[in-house]
Amino acid sequence: MGARVALVSFDRATIGAMSCNPAIGGLGKGHLVREVDAFDGLIARAADDAAIHYRMLNASKGTAVQGPRIQADRRLFKASIQRQLAGHDKLTIVEGEAAALCFAVGSGTRVSGLKLADGTRLSSSAVILATGTFLGGKLFRGEERLTGGRIGEAAATILAEQIRGAGLPMARLKTGTPPRLDGRTIDWSQLEEQPSDAGRWTMSMMHSHRALPQLFCAISRTNSQTHDIIRSGLGRSPLFGGDIAGQGPRYCPSIEDKIFRFGDRDGHQVFLEPEGLDSYLVYPNGISTSLPTDIQEAMVQSMAGLEQCKIVVPGYAVEYDHIDPRALDSSLAVRGFAGLYCAGQINGTTGYEEAAAQGLIAGLGAATRLFGMPMPAIDRSNSYLAVMVDDLILQGVTEPYRMLTARAEYRLRLRADNAPTRLTPLAIEAGCVSSERENLFKTRVERKQALEAAFQTKLTADQLLRHDIAVKPDAGRMSLSEWLRFPMITGRDLVAILYGADMEVDEDALAEVEQDSRYAPYLERQDAEIRNIAANDRIALPDELKYSDIAGLSNEMVERLEAARPETLSAASRVRGVTPAALAAILVYAKRAERSRSIAA
Amino acid sequence: MGTADTIFALSSGAPPAAIAIIRISGAQAFEAIELLAGRLPAPRRASLVTLRKPSGEELDQALALVFPGPGSATGEDLAELHLHGGRGVVRAVEATLAMIPGLRQAEPGEFTKRAFQNGRIDLNEAEGLADLLAAETEWQRRAANRMMGGAFSALIEKWRVEVLRLSALTEAELDFSDEDDVQAHNSQSISDSCRTLHTAIMEVLNTPSAEKLRDGLHVVLGGPPNSGKSTLLNTLVGRDAAIVSDAPGTTRDRIEVPVAFDGIPLIFIDTAGLRDESHDRIEIIGIERTRAAFDDADILLWLGAENEGPPHPQLIEIEAKSDDPAHLQKSPVAIVVSAMSGGGISDLKAEIVARAKHLLPPPDRFAINRRQRHYLEMVVADLAEVSDSHDWLIIGEHLRQVRMSLDRLTGRAHTEEMLDALFGKFCIGK
Ligand SMILES: Cc1cc2nc3c(=O)[nH]c(=O)nc-3n(C[C@H](O)[C@H](O)[C@H](O)COP(=O)(O)OP(=O)(O)OC[C@H]3O[C@@H](n4cnc5c(N)ncnc54)[C@H](O)[C@@H]3O)c2cc1C
Ligand SMILES: Nc1nc2c(ncn2[C@@H]2O[C@H](COP(=O)(O)OP(=O)(O)OP(=O)(O)O)[C@@H](O)[C@H]2O)c(=O)[nH]1
Ligand SMILES: [Mg+2]
Repeated sequence: MGARVALVSFDRATIGAMSCNPAIGGLGKGHLVREVDAFDGLIARAADDAAIHYRMLNASKGTAVQGPRIQADRRLFKASIQRQLAGHDKLTIVEGEAAALCFAVGSGTRVSGLKLADGTRLSSSAVILATGTFLGGKLFRGEERLTGGRIGEAAATILAEQIRGAGLPMARLKTGTPPRLDGRTIDWSQLEEQPSDAGRWTMSMMHSHRALPQLFCAISRTNSQTHDIIRSGLGRSPLFGGDIAGQGPRYCPSIEDKIFRFGDRDGHQVFLEPEGLDSYLVYPNGISTSLPTDIQEAMVQSMAGLEQCKIVVPGYAVEYDHIDPRALDSSLAVRGFAGLYCAGQINGTTGYEEAAAQGLIAGLGAATRLFGMPMPAIDRSNSYLAVMVDDLILQGVTEPYRMLTARAEYRLRLRADNAPTRLTPLAIEAGCVSSERENLFKTRVERKQALEAAFQTKLTADQLLRHDIAVKPDAGRMSLSEWLRFPMITGRDLVAILYGADMEVDEDALAEVEQDSRYAPYLERQDAEIRNIAANDRIALPDELKYSDIAGLSNEMVERLEAARPETLSAASRVRGVTPAALAAILVYAKRAERSRSIAA
Repeated sequence: MGTADTIFALSSGAPPAAIAIIRISGAQAFEAIELLAGRLPAPRRASLVTLRKPSGEELDQALALVFPGPGSATGEDLAELHLHGGRGVVRAVEATLAMIPGLRQAEPGEFTKRAFQNGRIDLNEAEGLADLLAAETEWQRRAANRMMGGAFSALIEKWRVEVLRLSALTEAELDFSDEDDVQAHNSQSISDSCRTLHTAIMEVLNTPSAEKLRDGLHVVLGGPPNSGKSTLLNTLVGRDAAIVSDAPGTTRDRIEVPVAFDGIPLIFIDTAGLRDESHDRIEIIGIERTRAAFDDADILLWLGAENEGPPHPQLIEIEAKSDDPAHLQKSPVAIVVSAMSGGGISDLKAEIVARAKHLLPPPDRFAINRRQRHYLEMVVADLAEVSDSHDWLIIGEHLRQVRMSLDRLTGRAHTEEMLDALFGKFCIGK
């Protein structure tokens, strides 16, 4: 888009570092990665550059909930990010500690730049804070306490002070990471293997094949002995001793949480994931913990295949400050300030994918405002990006927010495979796509359109039967795309009827057309719902609306609405606990306020 | 609330009645009672007071009750005056109240609306209350009471919890099935549960609607011209509502007369006599309306030739004009009446009441209104489709639609709640 950007970080070398599990994608998260890629973001390409294991999660279910996931070679991932960043001539990397926000003279709310700890001043019209777990970060392991955002790295303490001082609503959350194991001390022969899947798909639309050799993962399990060991350490856990006040994620609980809350289970799966092609480190997915080191060792060694296993870095928990994202607007700008944005874990989310997606939104927000352009029209019906932002700014967080497909009410249309179709046109319009991607996308669109046209051809049940497709003889005559509503008919079958079995077609385009057709009746039904929302989206609610003055709203609703300050009536309808009757009251009040304002003017 | 007017209205049945109740709600309710009664009675206690105009002239000896907000039915200060009936008294008290600055006559349903807005009742209860306010007969009052007491809301809540549970299972299957801690469920158990729910909701859908209960069952009189329909209607309702003459084709348009038999609301509908060879355009239109009235009838009184009436499940064969030796004879299934002599009229009334009772939900069951029926029908349609599907995505989509319909019914919402159900149930996540 042409904006000049400075990327400030403590240490140039840690840019692209993966704090936790070196894996990208997954259910819901894979969608985000593809959507960021559709806007020409880096994460999907870096994932492919580093992928040593590909797996399509939910492969047995409908495409809409399939989640592409890769495991990355940590070193190669960082190298790819660094290389891609270096290719951006408008981007400057500045090493140092961001110590304070600077404001325009005479203003406490208009951002004018950033002051570094060494006194350097950077001037800019917008600042995006993406401090991760570093804001007031504190690490816990058994009885040990450290200040820091990640093991071995400093915390952003000075900045945390200033932000707290500025009166922004802050809270604390926690997350954790498992110990890293020495793969050379694992008895792999005892363990069940999970190979990379056989598909040809990649994370980024820009890549047509997988570049690296693929490794396999292995699966071990906790057992009753493991659980006894964990229980014996609960008294020394910072989680249970009350030292950690921040709420951790329900869907990514520490192993001690799992044992405590679901003690009746006889065991929990642990995936042993290699961290890289030339690294012997292994990431045991499923046993995030902040128990003391001696307990961690005993726990690990109680599991099959890990009897002799050595821990290289013990697991720990981190508690950090985050800002209540209800203080943000839909471009992730902090309300009440000019030019201040927040993105990533600072907004109460967890995960690389969620962070990347917010970086994109905040970046688009700052750049479009700078150039006086409209924000790309993303909403809950066209992207997980918008689902996440909308959830964050309206509902706030009570635990680290992670993407799930269950959060997207229009998930049937938000598939990982159609992210470019949904979003790249918006990205092209905003000017944030390379010409290389734009051309690739145009070809893809043409191929898809050609197939769609061909699939309007009508065929009778007889014609299908003659090609050995088992349909009811009396099913009648339908277009190919209508035939695709029958689950046993595939796009490939129909292409064979149209052009013969040897016809080569673009597999991606075909898969997309197939899925579009399959769920067409449901999508049509949702269209009405979406139109309705769009109508309410056109009713803007003034930022200064005083909810406490509206008769008929409960205190709880007033509190939530005041915190979230929905931008439109349809956003207000999504605030938890807001009823249709309350919505009617808000609408009436807003209209009346608007009328009295226009009379006064 | 603060600035809202204080409202009042007659909230019992229309006068003349033994007792008329005027309710007053809002910040000035108690002030109004003090002004009329000279004192404010103790809260929630019926006290005998003398109501007077500001001039000192006595209006009535009445019972006064006051309920301080927010614990009252409307959530505001609420007062009730139980007057000794009589249109005159009611009108005089209303006029006196209206003279107090800040007080005004309530709009229809306004008490309910305030109760709803102040969080005293949910949307379903609000609808029950609205029906109650409009209720004019005992039967209606009892059914509306049931809904207001929350029986319907409680039922919907039960269904909603069940749907949330099924959604959580489905979402777990979709978002977390790659994790061993979510046991593989088969879609069979979900479709079974949906079928059970479907049956339960169908049972409620099969009862007549609240509008029927509120507005009355339609009792339609049909038969050829001059068969005595209008005369019979006049006799049944006890007044000359329809014009009677010996010229065939007297009644050109339908005539509706609301009455209550045995506390059951009924609407008697007279129709233009049916004949095929009419050339009169107005009469032809009348006859078309007659056919529409038949379609809409809950009970049909047929005065024409036996077995030649329109097909209808509640058709009563009437042998009319029994005093006239030349009258149309029918078999013993018909009820023999004479509007002239009054013979057989009480038998006919008894038969109508018996059939009506069968058609209306018993007073201890709630009735659902059109809006509620609409959403429940959508729920049922989606549940039926869940049972047919093996695709988790589609199951999830139908369950989402079910949740949406139920949420519309109760006026609440949200995906977040479903996520709570999901996380409360499973140990999810690596
Ligand atoms: C211990 C741990 C466990 C985790 N476990 C999981 C997990 O199990 N699952 C999961 O999905 N996600 C997990 N995560 C989360 C995931 O790593 C983060 O959500 C994601 O990396 C957040 O991205 P971000 O860009 O917001 O911040 P980060 O990736 O944390 O990056 C923040 C950057 O900002 C720099 N920085 C911060 N403050 C300053 C300052 N004042 N001046 C200069 N530079 C500064 C830091 O050096 C760092 O480079 C975990 C994170 C940690 C630390
Ligand atoms: N003897 C006798 N005459 C009756 C009785 N009921 C009606 N009649 C007469 O029959 C004639 C027609 O009666 P209506 O009540 O106008 O008949 P209708 O079916 O409404 O006729 P249309 O409106 O023309 O279709 C009038 O002259 C009535 O007085 C009855 O019970 N006994
Ligand atoms: Mg007549």
